[in-house]
Amino acid sequence: MVTVAVTLKPGADLDGFRKAVRALIARDVAPEHVVWQSEAALSLFGEAMADESAPVALSRAACELIGHVVCHRDAERYGLLYTLVWRMTHGEPALLDVASDPLVFRLAMMEKAVRRDLHKMHAFLRFRRVEGSDGERYVAWFEPDHFILEATADFFVDRFRSLTWSILTPVGSLLWDGETLTVGPPARREDAPPSDDFEAGWASYYASTFNPARTNVAQMQKEMPKKYWRNMPETKLIPYLLRSAGSRVETIMKKAPDTPRRKAPTEAVLAIEDAPKTLAELNAIITAAEPFVHGGKRAVLGEGPLRPAIAFVGEQPGDQEDIEGRPFVGPAGQLLTRAMAEAGIERDACYVTNAVKHFKFEQRGKRRLHQKPTTGEVRHYRWWLMKELELVQPALVVALGATAVLALAGKALPITKCRGPARFGAWPGFITVHPSYLLRLPDAAAKRAAYTAFVADLAKARTLARKAIEAAA
Amino acid sequence: MELFDKLKILADAAKYDASCASSGAPKRAAAKGGLGSTTGAGICHAYTPDGRCVSLLKILLTNACLFDCAYCINRRSSNVRRARFTVDEVVTLTTEFYKRNCIEGLFLSSGIIRSPDYTMEQMMLVAKRLRRDHGFAGYIHLKTIPEASPWLIEQAGLWADRLSINVELPTRASLERLAPEKNGATIETAMGQMHERISEARAEKRRFSPAGQSTQVIVGADETTDTELLATSASLYGRFKLSRVYYSAFSPIDHASSLLPPKPPPLAREHRLYQADWLLRYYGFSIDEIAASSAGGMLDLTIDPKLAWALKNRGVFPVDVNTGPRELLLRVPGLGARAVDKIIAARRHTRLSAADVQRLTVSFKRAAPFLIAADHRPVRLTDRADLSRRFARPAQLSLL
Repeated sequence: MVTVAVTLKPGADLDGFRKAVRALIARDVAPEHVVWQSEAALSLFGEAMADESAPVALSRAACELIGHVVCHRDAERYGLLYTLVWRMTHGEPALLDVASDPLVFRLAMMEKAVRRDLHKMHAFLRFRRVEGSDGERYVAWFEPDHFILEATADFFVDRFRSLTWSILTPVGSLLWDGETLTVGPPARREDAPPSDDFEAGWASYYASTFNPARTNVAQMQKEMPKKYWRNMPETKLIPYLLRSAGSRVETIMKKAPDTPRRKAPTEAVLAIEDAPKTLAELNAIITAAEPFVHGGKRAVLGEGPLRPAIAFVGEQPGDQEDIEGRPFVGPAGQLLTRAMAEAGIERDACYVTNAVKHFKFEQRGKRRLHQKPTTGEVRHYRWWLMKELELVQPALVVALGATAVLALAGKALPITKCRGPARFGAWPGFITVHPSYLLRLPDAAAKRAAYTAFVADLAKARTLARKAIEAAA
Repeated sequence: MELFDKLKILADAAKYDASCASSGAPKRAAAKGGLGSTTGAGICHAYTPDGRCVSLLKILLTNACLFDCAYCINRRSSNVRRARFTVDEVVTLTTEFYKRNCIEGLFLSSGIIRSPDYTMEQMMLVAKRLRRDHGFAGYIHLKTIPEASPWLIEQAGLWADRLSINVELPTRASLERLAPEKNGATIETAMGQMHERISEARAEKRRFSPAGQSTQVIVGADETTDTELLATSASLYGRFKLSRVYYSAFSPIDHASSLLPPKPPPLAREHRLYQADWLLRYYGFSIDEIAASSAGGMLDLTIDPKLAWALKNRGVFPVDVNTGPRELLLRVPGLGARAVDKIIAARRHTRLSAADVQRLTVSFKRAAPFLIAADHRPVRLTDRADLSRRFARPAQLSLL
């Protein structure tokens, strides 16, 4: 059989290699009959093979390996890769599992070298800022070992999307204008700026974060070989840091222990009182805090007098509550107010609040659909609720629905089973349904029955609260 | 004070924290107009001459502190120079270094000034401003103040990729002696709270400190043995599912307290502890097995703990690479978990020779006496009395 010569573009020509592999496999050309060449002028390997052949099915791991190894500087890379493909398609489909095979081993080492080169470029490349007439730009000069420039582009675009930057190398350059990426010609070191205004700061950080008592040059050079140093501004300090390390440590070790200048902190630490002492202080903290749920941005705070007979705890503010910034003013709130009146409870004499302080919803067109807070979200809010009750000091705490029970009891309990008197930490409590449950019942008769039971619950709670007050007195 | 002068003081004050990992965060890319990304694995952007990596901008908000922990250079009674950053200064330093590709993100810690809540709020404000005002998608590690109000921890996890509280001292007694203002129970409560929120958020697919929590224990500032240290870590890993326990060999500091030992422990001790820690977590070793191959509760400084165990348990070896179970191959000195996985994948297709194994691990020489391969049997080696001497590095000679 005649030898086939394949000519690919210089650098990492993955597309060219892929086309060639398809054509060669389709024609059943064994690796020993192929000669691989790289040339600047793009000339595909003979007219007869320039057509599109069918893709060759390979494992994902193999494709990834090929993608990396084509970036390697070794001129034999295409030949080795084609031998791998040949063997995998000729009776050794699991060849890559045999990491001890000399070919697989060699390719793995090449892949490792390319990955390391990519990683070091991500790590050690330094941008310098240039102020131009059209705004600021960031420019870097880097010398990679392998043909990885284009393979590295995604990383820098993902990271520095909003900046305008260019990466210059001896084999080509990347230019990003904030919108599109352009691959440009090779550049020279002089094309990049020599320094910038934050470099001195970075160097002093580097020097300060070094611990002279732990000098370990071998470890540093293993991870950051000297060949990278000339393009990293901070490395200029290394000789000085090493020279002075010994004497710095000696000075520290020789020094006698310090006599403290300032007095012991006992009193100051004891004087620290961080917990909010009034409801207003707590509410200010809640208002300023970031919501733990997605949706409503405003915190809807509790409302009502201090030391009330009953504090009602609901789930979370709804659409109407979020708009008005007050708890229990929507349909469920109105129902609660009505039921309270029927049970002989004056709403204004009670404290009403929610376990979750923000309206969690999903936007559907113009409507904001209520979403139930998760267990974790309720727990995020729990500290505030506990502190709130501690400051409000109700005689009885009524949990309206499962979320309130979860918040008050610290764990989920079934409402149907636990309905009635309960204990929430320091407080006597009472568990009943959330008024929105009554609104959701589809059947009018069931709705009436549930409402009656709800009013009866509230009446029981009222009696319990009175007893609790009497017991306290 | 100039910004870079403050940076010198507040970086110097933060360098005793061993943690600098930028790993474990979910993959993120900068949104339109935003800055930064995370790759999952983390990147070390430079190495200092102590061999440690520079990944995050590791600084304190202030090195003024109310507390008086003997091991800490920033303790109240220290005569060190004090400085304090404003929130905006930290934001500027982070974004400017980040734009030059010097860092993966920010590691922010602080001395406790005014009060724990105030300090924690200031630190959170830095993180919030980075995320909100700068669309910063890089890595943020926040040191949590366990004495702060619990809701602040809840908020911190919304901004940070990782939270951490340093236990610093492995026993309650040492904590009382060397860090009188700290309280072990408070620290553990806060770690427990973070652990609950982190695992709930993971289960509910919400973002809350996605890279978990870590801690640091100081080695050599008190009398705690290695076995006790490892038991402390095992308990912390078990109860709080920590991503990492960092061991930090106590380092001589300027303005040292008289409560500290005059000499630091050998750095090798820290290294051996990390090795033992890995054996416990990834190689199926138990504390008792490590303890049994230590002397007086201390790991052998001349050989690594896996080899120490192998030499005490020679009867287990040699293991056949072509037939031995995974658990046993993991116990072979010189074979890492990845090498073992490669061996297991390869032996399904071929019988491995010594030359094959040599291609699968970089430390075949160490492994050879404990292995059988198709063409290799270490007949007498594991019986040799001088085996440990063969592996131990020659002691460093000093000049007279």
